[in-house]
Amino acid sequence: MTEKNWPLYEVFIRSKSGLSHRHAGSIHATDDQMALDNARDTYTRRNEGVSIWVVRSSQIVASDPAEFAAFFEPAKDKIYRHPTFYDIPEDVGNM
Amino acid sequence: MYTQGLDQAGSKPRRRDGLETDAQLAAFQARIDADEKIEAKDWMPEAYRRTLVRQISQHAHSEIIGMQPEGNWLTRAPTLRRKAILLAKVQDEAGHGLYLYSAAETLGVSRDQMVRDLLDGKAKYSSIFNYPTLTWADIGAIGWLVDGAAIMNQIPLCRCSFGPYARAMVRVCKEESFHQRQGYEIMLTLVRGNAKQKAMAQDAINRWWWPSLMMFGPNDEDSPHSAQSMKWKIKRFSNDALRQKFIDATVPQAEFLGLKMPDDKLEFDEQTGHYRFGEINWQEFYDVLAGNGPCNRQRMATRQQAQADGAWVREAASVYAEKQAARNAA
Repeated sequence: MTEKNWPLYEVFIRSKSGLSHRHAGSIHATDDQMALDNARDTYTRRNEGVSIWVVRSSQIVASDPAEFAAFFEPAKDKIYRHPTFYDIPEDVGNM
Repeated sequence: MYTQGLDQAGSKPRRRDGLETDAQLAAFQARIDADEKIEAKDWMPEAYRRTLVRQISQHAHSEIIGMQPEGNWLTRAPTLRRKAILLAKVQDEAGHGLYLYSAAETLGVSRDQMVRDLLDGKAKYSSIFNYPTLTWADIGAIGWLVDGAAIMNQIPLCRCSFGPYARAMVRVCKEESFHQRQGYEIMLTLVRGNAKQKAMAQDAINRWWWPSLMMFGPNDEDSPHSAQSMKWKIKRFSNDALRQKFIDATVPQAEFLGLKMPDDKLEFDEQTGHYRFGEINWQEFYDVLAGNGPCNRQRMATRQQAQADGAWVREAASVYAEKQAARNAA
């Protein structure tokens, strides 16, 4: 038997309109249409979604968890990007 | 449905990988102790990875094999309503298997490898699915007791330290409640029927009660790897603690049905607030795990046949995809 491993797809589901697609898991399929069908049958048997994205796992580029400290370091010391950095007198009211 | 304390069966003693330093192991344990989730691409000890691959894949295999005992009654369900429900439940089991395979794959083991291990008899699955479903009442007993035991086991797994496993479990647990309720409803219908139907319900409990208790795995003192799994927060409660919780929950449910669990020693202990129960036949448990339960060979043969029967479909799909891709490229 010369069976080929089917490609892996990552599945993203929008649970209702207005919300973002969210990663649900993965499935195997030979092509994009089968990936959509399998994703529907596997992850939305109870109306969990109104829209599905599938993308081949091999197409995803990910940051390296081992390097996360260095990778996200540039944002670490910029506390002035947060509203609480600024002192506004209470008399000014809500801002 | 579920996995059980299968770990102990045939597992090699954990060895530490030579390349892992004390500092790495300590940092990893510190993350676990701080209740951080471990994600697939994070550094982890090889033993942690191996434990998870084994547990998650066995859990997946259990879901897949678990379709067989219930599938046995799909064409003979007493009403169209029951048939639709059972079909949905069996489909859920397939879905649970797929969520779990997908979680295991994040650890670097391929789906095809896991399937091969199952078909070659190298991988284990839950002992419970090696018992036959002789009557329709068994479908009720399975939903109520077997899925009930599964829920007890799986709810703590929603907080397991490995992110992909925990997330798969959240999804599974949401769906599992329907499984237990439809089973209990079948039992209710039977006990409200005639004497023969009620006897059929009792007979099903007689046969499923003890195997359900075995689903929680060996007693704590005979479960050597539990301590490490607890330390890694893969496991949150001991086998015996979960078993007791299950007994405490289901005995009153049996009383409501007017049925009796097949255990003369079963009695409520006012002091502890728990039920005391009789001795589990562990020899039976180990025999079934070793492949000598009533249906082990049949389950494996059915699975192997299904895989062989589907080969041409998988092959055709691959060829079709290649042809389409070539056409689109041209």
